[in-house]
Amino acid sequence: MATTSEGTNEYLLEATDVSKRYGAVVALRSASLQVLPGEVHALMGANGAGKSTLVKILTGGVRPDEGTIEVRGTERKAHSPAEARRGGLVSVYQEPALIPDLDINSNLRLTQTPVEPFRHWVRELGLDDLDTTMMAREVPLAAQRIIDLARALAIEPDVLMLDEMTAALPANLTERVLEVVNGLHGGDRSTIFISHRMTEIASVCDRATVLREGATVGVVDVADDDSADRIVELMLGEIVEDIAERAEHPVATHRDADARPQIEVRHLGAQARLHDVSFEIYPGEVLGVVALEGQGQDELFDILAGSDRPASGEVLVDGRQVTFRHPADAIREGIVFVPADRAEALLTQRSVRENIALPFSVRIPRWGPIRTKTEKPKVDRAIERLQIDTRAQSEVRFLSGGNQQKVTIARWVAGGIETMLCFDPTRGIDIRTKHQIYPLLRELAASGAAVLFYTSELSEIQLACDRAIVIFGGEVTAEVEARDADESTLLRAAHNLRADALLPEEVVARSETGHDEPATDGGT
Amino acid sequence: MSTAVDTTPQTKAPRNGAISTTLRRNWWTIGLLGVLAVLLVVTKIIQPSYGPAGIQGLAISVLPLALAAVAQTCAVIARGIDLSVGSIMALASVVSATLMDERSEGFAVVVVLGVLLLGLVLGAVNGALVVFTRVPDIVVTLAMLFVWAGCALLVLNTPGGGSAEWLGNVTRGPLVTDWIPKAAVLLIVVVAVIWIPIRRSRAGLSLYAVGSDPLAAFRSGVSVTRTKIFSYMLAGLFSALAGLSLTATTGIGTPVPGPYTLMSVAAVVLGGVSLAGGRGGVFGPVVAVVILSLLRTDMTFLNLDTNLATVAQGLILVGVVMIGSLIQLRRER
Repeated sequence: MATTSEGTNEYLLEATDVSKRYGAVVALRSASLQVLPGEVHALMGANGAGKSTLVKILTGGVRPDEGTIEVRGTERKAHSPAEARRGGLVSVYQEPALIPDLDINSNLRLTQTPVEPFRHWVRELGLDDLDTTMMAREVPLAAQRIIDLARALAIEPDVLMLDEMTAALPANLTERVLEVVNGLHGGDRSTIFISHRMTEIASVCDRATVLREGATVGVVDVADDDSADRIVELMLGEIVEDIAERAEHPVATHRDADARPQIEVRHLGAQARLHDVSFEIYPGEVLGVVALEGQGQDELFDILAGSDRPASGEVLVDGRQVTFRHPADAIREGIVFVPADRAEALLTQRSVRENIALPFSVRIPRWGPIRTKTEKPKVDRAIERLQIDTRAQSEVRFLSGGNQQKVTIARWVAGGIETMLCFDPTRGIDIRTKHQIYPLLRELAASGAAVLFYTSELSEIQLACDRAIVIFGGEVTAEVEARDADESTLLRAAHNLRADALLPEEVVARSETGHDEPATDGGT
Repeated sequence: MSTAVDTTPQTKAPRNGAISTTLRRNWWTIGLLGVLAVLLVVTKIIQPSYGPAGIQGLAISVLPLALAAVAQTCAVIARGIDLSVGSIMALASVVSATLMDERSEGFAVVVVLGVLLLGLVLGAVNGALVVFTRVPDIVVTLAMLFVWAGCALLVLNTPGGGSAEWLGNVTRGPLVTDWIPKAAVLLIVVVAVIWIPIRRSRAGLSLYAVGSDPLAAFRSGVSVTRTKIFSYMLAGLFSALAGLSLTATTGIGTPVPGPYTLMSVAAVVLGGVSLAGGRGGVFGPVVAVVILSLLRTDMTFLNLDTNLATVAQGLILVGVVMIGSLIQLRRER
């Protein structure tokens, strides 16, 4: 389908040999991207491959040093997102671009979005009862992303760019988004779809452009049988073999009968979302948590990390009941927290070293000045163990997302940990770093730590966990051993359906025979 | 991109919720009005003779500070701060007083328009410096505080000059009944005429957008640069109006800026405008100015030491803002 013999004019959007350097750092060497009218085009690449720089150039946020961008055959120079919008390219970013202090109506007016099409898309995306007089800050994050997407769809841009659109969405909304993206095929408009999830690429995209080290290394026809392998191969270059081994499942826990749980949670309740959650984590295991958006998992992690207090129930550490008034209390009990949003955990304007060393001051109850001599080897060991790219170590904000997340984990690893709470730690991180994080969690468990691991990406449960609990409506509704925890089982459990029940999406698919969209097959 | 489609949002939400929503969003201002009402009653109790004359005096003393507070609000909503408000007032005051001195009434109209234009230009300079030098707002406007104050002293180094007859007449005295001071009406009309159209336009939305989340605003297609400059131009315009009102009410130009800048910041905070930007309106700060002035008056009636009165004013400011934050915390639970 991608015949290039007719010349360049057939492309809706064409970026040719785009390069960008920041001082000595080359972010893009020679990136090219050709998008055909009517296609959904994937843009892929590991962190640091230059993907986000290319996105910024296309959306007008950053000016390229060299190279051209043509839309429908005419060169386009956009110096701001506003100009890019006028040029027909609208982008939906990872963080919703809604103004928190304006209501939804004002937000629509700000981007001059026609309202009726907006309402149509909002309904299409599964958000039926939207009150547009609500302040954007009062709308839950997942709904904000849906609104942001509906707003972009309503403008009907020539090129719609979706940057990690599904990264923080719960499974049910992800399905709806993928359905809608699938419906965008055809016509003379195109979509650029950026995602780290291979199954999504496979289900909605026609072609994929792969970046590595700042250059376009290949374009893959997604319809080909071996496309997934080819994409991974192109993205990773030589390290592909390591990842092939990932299929090997971690050893199931051989828990002694008299083992004492590291953490025991009994009938925990808080606010409206969390009702009655009980479970145990044992030393040496990684316990997965699976839940749709807003089932109480956020509250659970906040309580365990000491940033919030429960309304009912109790938490036992090593058999002793504990009450946390501050995260420092939790840290003293050996419980550390890795949030999804790196910015919540890191001092982004300080160095890698300082960030890793910071928690020492809490962990070690010692008065007087911090002893850099004993600190340094520990920090060095942590950096080495996590393979953190320290070229840009002067300030953490210059690191890529994946490396930042490694720093948040490293800071705890350096001090030695007993319990680690990970809340969607791989959100928006490239596949390569993800596959460095899973073994790390396994290693931590092997050395006797207990790890609680919430993930919005169901396939990660089998890659990293021994078993998983499913939270639905503020209660633990199921416990699944890792060997049984394939994506469809987990998805059913997360919807609180029996193992043989149909998912709502499947019911819809079956009732609508002659559906003109290709079926979305989320679980492989 | 289709441009033919209607772009005005037609909210089909039920109207009955609209009033309660308005009340809920403006609870702070409504609370301030309550405080003001209580304060008026208290004033009447401690000084039974307080009447039309007191209200007249209050309105005239409030006018410059209220306009300065509105100026500050314009900068703060867009996540800036303008420390040069007082200096621009002084410059506007001396320029107008010098030019109007012993000239015709008609020429004064030209002077007023010219001074308003001057305010816009000074504001634009502030804004451009903030945007293009990338020096923090507080540093740039602090520097400009000295620059504009110096300019004011160059124009007139002792209080002097004069004001047109009509300018004094529109600010002093009552309208219709003794209870309605012209100064209050003028304040409301001027602020409403300038602010309401802006608030309703995309420019006004942009002010709030940039103050609320500059990155999201940028990505929504708002020009952050232009909006910032616009916010400082508005601040300059209202500062010039405040300076003109000083000349009008006193009849002379004053080259030394009064305590207006910091009082304007206090009024903005008390008026429910978030210093972090994006929240609040101009009505709250205006009410806050009236409350602050009335407090001052009450303390005079009580024969309080003026220095002690200043201390008390500060403590009340902190107290009220603290109570406000506590209420806010409760509401968010």
